[in-house]
Amino acid sequence: MSIKIGEIPYKERIQKGIKDDFMRQAVSSAQGRFRTGRLTQAEELGNWEDWRNLGEEIRTHTLENLDYYLQQLSEQVSRRGGHVFFAETAEEANQYVKEIILKKQAKKVVKAKSMVTEEIGLNKALEEVGAEVVESDLGEWILQLDEDPPSHIVTPALHKNKQQIRETFAKKKGYTGSDTPEELAAFAREQLRQDFLAADVGVTGCNFAIAESGSITLVTNEGNAEMVTALPDTVITVMGMERIVPTWEEMEVLVSLLTRAAVGQKLTSYITALTGARLDEEIDGPEEFHLVVVDNGRSKILGTEFQSALHCIRCAACINACPVYRHIGGHAYNSIYPGPIGAVITPLLEGYDDHKELPYASTLCAACTEACPVKIPLHEHLIRHRQIIVEKEKKAPTAEKLMMKGFAAWASNPSIYNMSAKMAKPALGPWTKDGMIENGPGPLKAWTEVRDFYAPQGQSFRSWFKQRQKDGESK
Amino acid sequence: MKVSLFSTCLSDILFADVAKNTLEILERVGCDVDYPMEQTCCGQPAYNSGYLEEAKAAMKQMMKAFRHSEYVVGPSGSCVSMLKEYPHIFAGDPEWEEEAKVFASKCYEITEFLVDVMGITDLGSTFKGRVTFHSSCHMKRLLGVKEQPKILLRNVKGVELVDLPWEEDCCGFGGTFAVKNPVISQEMVSEKSRHVAETKAEYLVGADMGCLMNIGGRMEREGKKVKIIHITEILNTH
Repeated sequence: MSIKIGEIPYKERIQKGIKDDFMRQAVSSAQGRFRTGRLTQAEELGNWEDWRNLGEEIRTHTLENLDYYLQQLSEQVSRRGGHVFFAETAEEANQYVKEIILKKQAKKVVKAKSMVTEEIGLNKALEEVGAEVVESDLGEWILQLDEDPPSHIVTPALHKNKQQIRETFAKKKGYTGSDTPEELAAFAREQLRQDFLAADVGVTGCNFAIAESGSITLVTNEGNAEMVTALPDTVITVMGMERIVPTWEEMEVLVSLLTRAAVGQKLTSYITALTGARLDEEIDGPEEFHLVVVDNGRSKILGTEFQSALHCIRCAACINACPVYRHIGGHAYNSIYPGPIGAVITPLLEGYDDHKELPYASTLCAACTEACPVKIPLHEHLIRHRQIIVEKEKKAPTAEKLMMKGFAAWASNPSIYNMSAKMAKPALGPWTKDGMIENGPGPLKAWTEVRDFYAPQGQSFRSWFKQRQKDGESK
Repeated sequence: MKVSLFSTCLSDILFADVAKNTLEILERVGCDVDYPMEQTCCGQPAYNSGYLEEAKAAMKQMMKAFRHSEYVVGPSGSCVSMLKEYPHIFAGDPEWEEEAKVFASKCYEITEFLVDVMGITDLGSTFKGRVTFHSSCHMKRLLGVKEQPKILLRNVKGVELVDLPWEEDCCGFGGTFAVKNPVISQEMVSEKSRHVAETKAEYLVGADMGCLMNIGGRMEREGKKVKIIHITEILNTH
């Protein structure tokens, strides 16, 4: 798997999403919960905007000094007996991890949820060298069993219901119990325990790496990252190069923002921290620790107008606030990064060829920008993407280009504009019935396919105003 | 106070009553109102679609049209928020940067102008009916005008204002989004229509004709009996 999750064309994906009643119900109710939670938390905090400003400041500062902090992180990890590898591409990252697996002759790899390993397609790479890979985040595990991609950044299996999960467990793992969440979770727990204990290598993502101490931290609600970092002899952490903070202090601020913005929690159940390999006097932790820092297109974003997209702390607040996401679901974005942030970063990381529709899958309502705890101007980035698609990539439809040329001529020339204002009513006359147009001509057609169009009320305002002035003068 | 009316192309051509009401309200509160005939469209349809050059053509025309105005007031949060973007769009343009800044600083949405500039919260209007208010995304989030229309509405005699569920959510208009992504747009506006119907309001009030014509057009298609009405029509009653 890579960033792109399938080959189904955009329009079909939209249809598929919209027809999936269950998914839409699940997404809608989750959005309601998460959004209410986020707003309640923001209100309780009282100074949410100050927190957001601080979050933005931390992210901006870190990115502007990224080389410094990455070097510091690398030195600290090495000092504590860890190995650091900087991977420029997905292939380089996968190759490095594969070599460790081969060297260790690892049969079983257990993973804590990680978006970046989804992004680089690590699971498949490891299976190629004969390792069995087990996802240990409950949602990810369900998806892995079902061979289904994630549809949400924080709750990857959001689109599935408990009956579907029961079926998956029954089919793939011989589960015979009921579909109550408690029983399903207990079963998963029991199964995954075996994997944690049997795993030769643990692979994790990284919420925030701390430069000053060379630690990596993971935020979970299930504690599975504890298991993955404590039990296997070898642990490999794969992180996007931007997932770094200078010190524990900034980490604390960002985790506070993350949990509040993601699901409306003050605090998460587990924050797992791992600093290098196990020391002699320590009783758990890996004997060997590797940190893989993945670029995979990120450094190309640095220093550009899109740099703030790298602020993202993967809280999914934008996704939870997005009404477009609510109706089409995560898979419709065809990216492991769905929703508004996905529409912004997917084309940045993987180009426009496969993702040129994404920047248009937004009404620019700015609910995402408003929700973002680190103040990424998401809707503005989407507009900028559209400009690039039109001007640089030249991927805009010809009819649209002509229409926009027409728009420019119309809007920059008052006499043409005046003429159109005068002509609108008579021109639309043949299609008008009782002031409404139910089946409009030309560009109105797409509009009237789903809704009526209001015909001009009478004369244009400017004609009325001119008349009023004339009448006033003649009085 | 000298005010120039910005009719917005939508109100000028399709919903002339909205511009008339805005004009009359401004005159009633004692403004000396002119209407620069050189004005056209704020440029948003092109700008939001990614056509920067085409959008700039419209924007320059607007800045020229209102060059001599003290205040520019219009009945649309969305169009006014576009005008407010000009400085950002023309940043670094030696010819237009300064003018864009001056221009943006004198632009106001009508309810914002009444409440924040004129200090008026009660126009002495009377309107009988159960109404619900759709606060448009651009007005609320980009322009930051949230409370002003509601303050004014609450002071209208006879108005029963009921909350719209999921009021924060976009109606699915999004300018060209409505025709570029009609399938998603339909789902969004249908959901909005359900929420409006739930309120059992007789009128759906808004401060942006774009959103209102989207929601109203869908509700007409669904045969739902709600009348869309621009806030100025309610405020311009006695």
